[in-house]
Amino acid sequence: MRETLAVFRREFAAYFATPLAYVFIVIFLVLAGAVTFFLGNFFARGQADLEPFFMFHPWLYLFLIPAIGMRLWAEERKSGTIELLLTLPISLTGAVIAKYLAAWAFAGVALALTFPFWITVNYLGSPDNGAILAGYMGSFVLAGAYLAIGVCLSALTRNQVIAFVVACAVCFIFTVSGTSVVLNFFSGWAPRLMVDTIASFSFMTHYQAITRGVIDLRDVVFFGSLVAFCLYANVVIVEWKKGG
Amino acid sequence: MAEPMIEIDNLGKRFGAIVAVDGISLKVARGEVLGFLGPNGAGKSTTMKMVAGFLSPTSGTARVCGFDVVEHPIEVKRRIGYLPEGAPAYPDMTAEGFLRFCADVRGIAAGERAARVGRAVELTQLASVLYQPIETLSKGFKRRVGLAQALLHDPEVLILDEPTDGLDPNQKHEVRGLIRAMAAEKAIVISTHILEEVDAVCSRAVVIAGGKLVADGTPAEYEALSRHHNAVSVTLPAARSAEARDAIKSMAGVADVELADGGEGRVRLVVMPKRGQEIAQTLRGLCADKDWPISEFHVERGKLDDVFRAITTAKGKEQPHA
Repeated sequence: MRETLAVFRREFAAYFATPLAYVFIVIFLVLAGAVTFFLGNFFARGQADLEPFFMFHPWLYLFLIPAIGMRLWAEERKSGTIELLLTLPISLTGAVIAKYLAAWAFAGVALALTFPFWITVNYLGSPDNGAILAGYMGSFVLAGAYLAIGVCLSALTRNQVIAFVVACAVCFIFTVSGTSVVLNFFSGWAPRLMVDTIASFSFMTHYQAITRGVIDLRDVVFFGSLVAFCLYANVVIVEWKKGG
Repeated sequence: MAEPMIEIDNLGKRFGAIVAVDGISLKVARGEVLGFLGPNGAGKSTTMKMVAGFLSPTSGTARVCGFDVVEHPIEVKRRIGYLPEGAPAYPDMTAEGFLRFCADVRGIAAGERAARVGRAVELTQLASVLYQPIETLSKGFKRRVGLAQALLHDPEVLILDEPTDGLDPNQKHEVRGLIRAMAAEKAIVISTHILEEVDAVCSRAVVIAGGKLVADGTPAEYEALSRHHNAVSVTLPAARSAEARDAIKSMAGVADVELADGGEGRVRLVVMPKRGQEIAQTLRGLCADKDWPISEFHVERGKLDDVFRAITTAKGKEQPHA
């Protein structure tokens, strides 16, 4: 437990040791603001809520979260420090979890820094703060799901750019799988069960359910099992790639 | 043999169709410094990686302080100080931050941490660069950061993959001194392809070639295998060399005499003894009788690189005991 905490702390601090953390946070905040005000018509809607803010998070996370996750294992493999890390007395599972949690905590910090939006809507009107809290929780969970995919794929390569591009592509598939464009493509010929399965993998559907303030067990199980599966795959991939 | 700290038992590793390590067995006791020799790609690093718990063996196992590396990898890792090949360290951390991180993962209590880090820093003479990012350090300092990390928890077993690679002669000397100083209470394995290092620090050396252990012995035993073992070189003026060569050649116990340029109008005669013969005394007597103006008289112990080449090219031909 203590060694997991030590790796967590190192990984979390590593984001701030390079400009990565600051660049990421600034770009995330600017983009989040831009899409909320311009695409989401924050003011014109005349409603004191954060729906236009949360609405675009999947699209922001789609390419920003892989940028956090890409370095976690690819960098270790490239610099050879993976050999150092895995000969310290820590289990591989412990190391995988510590790295994932550090990156997720960093994503949480970036998300928490959007608090001026919350202040703004509270200043302009009297929003449903419970719904806003649910929105933040949903967004945080969503970030965790994208991140689990990104971290897992970063173990496959020693090249961070490849890790980033592949993670973006996979995240994109999970994001759009519930949209009518994708479902219409399948519904013409595929059996109903398959269409439903594809739709059920949609991050959008599960995310929107949580942000609406409805914490459904199915959504929790979906994200939870997705993260667990990705971390398990991460352990398997690191173990498999160690020799080469 | 004293209590074995490392027991390697028929250890093997394949990568697909390639057999990197092919059934190596050996024991290392407390107080021993074992040199791992072998050409590049012989399987030295792979063997060390398996003992340190990084790679899992495809056959056999290794035990460190009685713990099996396959069954109890964490217990093994606790007891080993390991310097991986190339001394990797996180480039954006300072040396101090990196050592503190290693201490934390090793579960060294916060109160004890500063003292442990301080001691490792002192042993490896890192104090001057302690607060610099590791990526800005020279190769020698990076290597010493890796070494400090391996010594941090005062382990009973040290596995160092090329500990002096990239160091200048002074630093090599210091690191070898450090290894010798620690040798009494630890079991140490170092890999190297610098043969003088074997002579300088190792109490025993094994040669690995093609994934197999091909020789095992003390540095003196290897030297005894050399053609040059107990050879005597005699330097004298060129004018007297032909006479001297003929006289020495007819001496008992001499196998051959080789001539080499000794510089400044002199010739160096290298007198090869027959196997197992000591010729220094009789040769010295002969030189005195003939009253040759000898400017240098030198008994050679044997050349390790001769032996190394002989063992690793014609596998298993000459060896102390394999």
